[in-house]
Amino acid sequence: MAEAIEMQDRESTQEYLHRNNTKRAMTGVYMVWLRDLKRFWRDTPRRIGTTVQPIIYLFLLGTGLQAAFRVFGGGNVQFIKFMFPGILGMTVLFTSVFSAISILWDREFGFLKEILVSPVPRASVAVGKIFGGATQAMMQGVILLILFPFLFGFSLNSLAKIIALIPLALLLAIGMTSIGVAIAANMESMEGFPVIMNLLLLPMFFLSGAMFPLQGLPGWMTVLTRIDPLTYGVDMLRGIALKGVNVTGTTSSIISKIPKNLAAQISPQAKAAIAKVTPKVSIQTQRYPLWLDLLIVVGFSVVMLGIAIWQFNRQE
Amino acid sequence: MSEAIVKVDELVKNFGELVAVNAVSFEVEKGEIFGFLGPNGAGKTTTISMLCTLLKPTGGRATVNGFDISTDKHLVRESIGLVFQDPSLDDRLTARENLEFHAVLYHVPRNIRESRIEEVLDMVSLDDRAEDRIETYSGGMKRRLEIARGLLHYPKVLFLDEPTIGLDPQTRNYIWDYIEGLKKREAITIFLTTHYMEEAEHCDRIAVIDNGNIIALDTPENLKDNVGGDVIKLKTEDDDGAKEELTRRFPDLEMLADPECKLCFKMEKGEEFIPDLIRDFGTKIVSVSLHRPTLDDVFLQLTGKEIRDEGSDTKSGMRVARMRANR
Repeated sequence: MAEAIEMQDRESTQEYLHRNNTKRAMTGVYMVWLRDLKRFWRDTPRRIGTTVQPIIYLFLLGTGLQAAFRVFGGGNVQFIKFMFPGILGMTVLFTSVFSAISILWDREFGFLKEILVSPVPRASVAVGKIFGGATQAMMQGVILLILFPFLFGFSLNSLAKIIALIPLALLLAIGMTSIGVAIAANMESMEGFPVIMNLLLLPMFFLSGAMFPLQGLPGWMTVLTRIDPLTYGVDMLRGIALKGVNVTGTTSSIISKIPKNLAAQISPQAKAAIAKVTPKVSIQTQRYPLWLDLLIVVGFSVVMLGIAIWQFNRQE
Repeated sequence: MSEAIVKVDELVKNFGELVAVNAVSFEVEKGEIFGFLGPNGAGKTTTISMLCTLLKPTGGRATVNGFDISTDKHLVRESIGLVFQDPSLDDRLTARENLEFHAVLYHVPRNIRESRIEEVLDMVSLDDRAEDRIETYSGGMKRRLEIARGLLHYPKVLFLDEPTIGLDPQTRNYIWDYIEGLKKREAITIFLTTHYMEEAEHCDRIAVIDNGNIIALDTPENLKDNVGGDVIKLKTEDDDGAKEELTRRFPDLEMLADPECKLCFKMEKGEEFIPDLIRDFGTKIVSVSLHRPTLDDVFLQLTGKEIRDEGSDTKSGMRVARMRANR
C-alpha cells in the first residue's frame, strides 16, 4: 500500500517536472540574461569604455598599421579595410570571453548561490550567462558596424553586408563566451581568471589572422593557424565584409613615380616588363570557402556551449 | 508527535580527510523552529548546504518536504527558502529588482508577483526603500531583505544560516521578532544555525552539534534541566550558623562542594523555593541569588568546553567584515 502511494507520488513528480521544464528553462535564461544586462547598463564607466574601445582599435591601430604598410612598400594597400573584420572579431572575442568573469564576481559576492539554489535548471543559468556575454559583445560589434559604411561606402551592398555580419558575429560571440563560462565555472580566483584567459586567448587571437594576413608564414605557424578555430571565424567575417572590395588597390608601380612626360616615351613593352618585376602586394581576403568557415564556427560554438553547460552543471 | 518535514538519516560529508559531518540523523517537525547550535566549524553550514542541495552528501540520505535531496533536487529547491550566512544580494539592483529576480526564478505567478513583493517588503519594513539599490543599504537592512526574499515564494521550510551574524544587538532582536511572528502567522518550518546561545533560546528544539556530531537534541528547557536545576547562592551574616540551619530544615539539600561558595546549592524550581527559605530563617540573610543554567552550561557540560563566541573567531569574522566592506 505504502509502496503504491510512493509509486504514484513518483509518477506525478516526473509528470510535474516534465510539464514545467521548458517554461522553467526559458524564464531562467531570460532572467539571468536580463540581470547581466542591467548590471552592464548601470555601470557607466564600463558602458563608456565598451563604446570607445572598438573605435580606438579601429582608428589608432588600423591607421597606424595602414601607414606602416605604405612605408614598407605596400603601395596604396587599404590595410584599414583589411583590419576592419579582424577588429570586429577581436572585439567580439575579448568582450565575450571576459564577460564570464561575472560568474566569479557572483561567486565572490554570494549571488551565485542564490541562483544555484533556485529551482531553475543550471543549464539555463549557463545559457543565460552566455547570452548575456554575447549580447554585450554584440553591442560593441554593432558600434563597429555603424562605422562600416564610412569605410566601405553608403550603399545597399554595405547594408546587406552589415545584416549578414550581425548573426555571424553573434555566433562567434556565443562560442567564445562559452569558453569563458566553462573556465569560470572551474575557477575561484578573480585574479587568476584574466591570466588564464589571456594565456589561452592571445595565441588564438594572433594565429587567427585578425591583425595580419596569414601569408608567407613559416610552415609550423601555418599549421597552428589551421588548428585555431578563430581563424575560420575571422576568415568568415572578412570574406563577407570584403567581398568585392579590392584592398590590394593598384600596386605601387615604379611607373607612377616616373614624371608624365617621360612616362609617355616608354614603350608598352617596357611598361609591361617593369610591371612584371615590380613586387605585387596582394592580400588574400578569403583563404577558405565560406561554407567551411561557417561549418567550423557553428560546430565550435555548439561544442563550446555544450562544454560550458556541462562544466557549469558540475560545480557544487 | 506531528509530521516530520525534514528527515535526515546518517548524513555524512567528507572534505578529503576531514570529516565535516559525521553520520548525523534527526528529524524536524512541521511548524517548529529548529536550531543547530554549535561552534564555528562544527558542521552546521555543511549540513544546511547538503539539505539545500548545494553540496553532494558523501553518504546517507535526507528528505526535505518529502523529496530526496540527491534525486529530487528541483523539488527540494522549490520547497525551501534560504538565507545564507554570507550576503547574497545583487548590490547593483534595487530591492524590488532583487525580489523580482527571485520571484521569477521560483515561478511565482505573474499576477500575484507584485502583491507578494509588496507583502514581504512591508513585513520587513523596507517598503519605502524598495526602489533603492542595495549598495546603499546597511548590513541589517540587507539581512532583512534577504529574509523577505527567502519567504517570497512561500517555502515550506526556511533555512537561516547564522541569520544575525555580524549584526548589532538591536537589529538582531528586530530580526528575531520577525522570525517569531512569522512562525505564528505562516505554516512554516524554520531551520536555523547559530553559535549564539541567547539565539538558540528562541528555538522549539535544539540540536547541539560539535565536530560533525549531534551530541544532544531536545527543547532548550529540557537541555537546561538536564544540567540539573538552578543554583541558589546565599549570603548571610553567619555562614556557619546558616549552613547548620539549612541542613536541619532541609535535610535533602545538596550543597555544592565549591570552596568559593559555602552556601551554594542546587534546587529544582529555585524561584519557588526562595520564599520558603527566607520565611522564618533564623540567621540574617544579606542576599539571595538565583542562577538558572544557560545553554552555555549545557554546552560546557556536553563538550567540556565553552562555545567560542564571535570575538575569538577571527578568521570567519574577518571574512564577513571583508565581504561587507567590499560591497
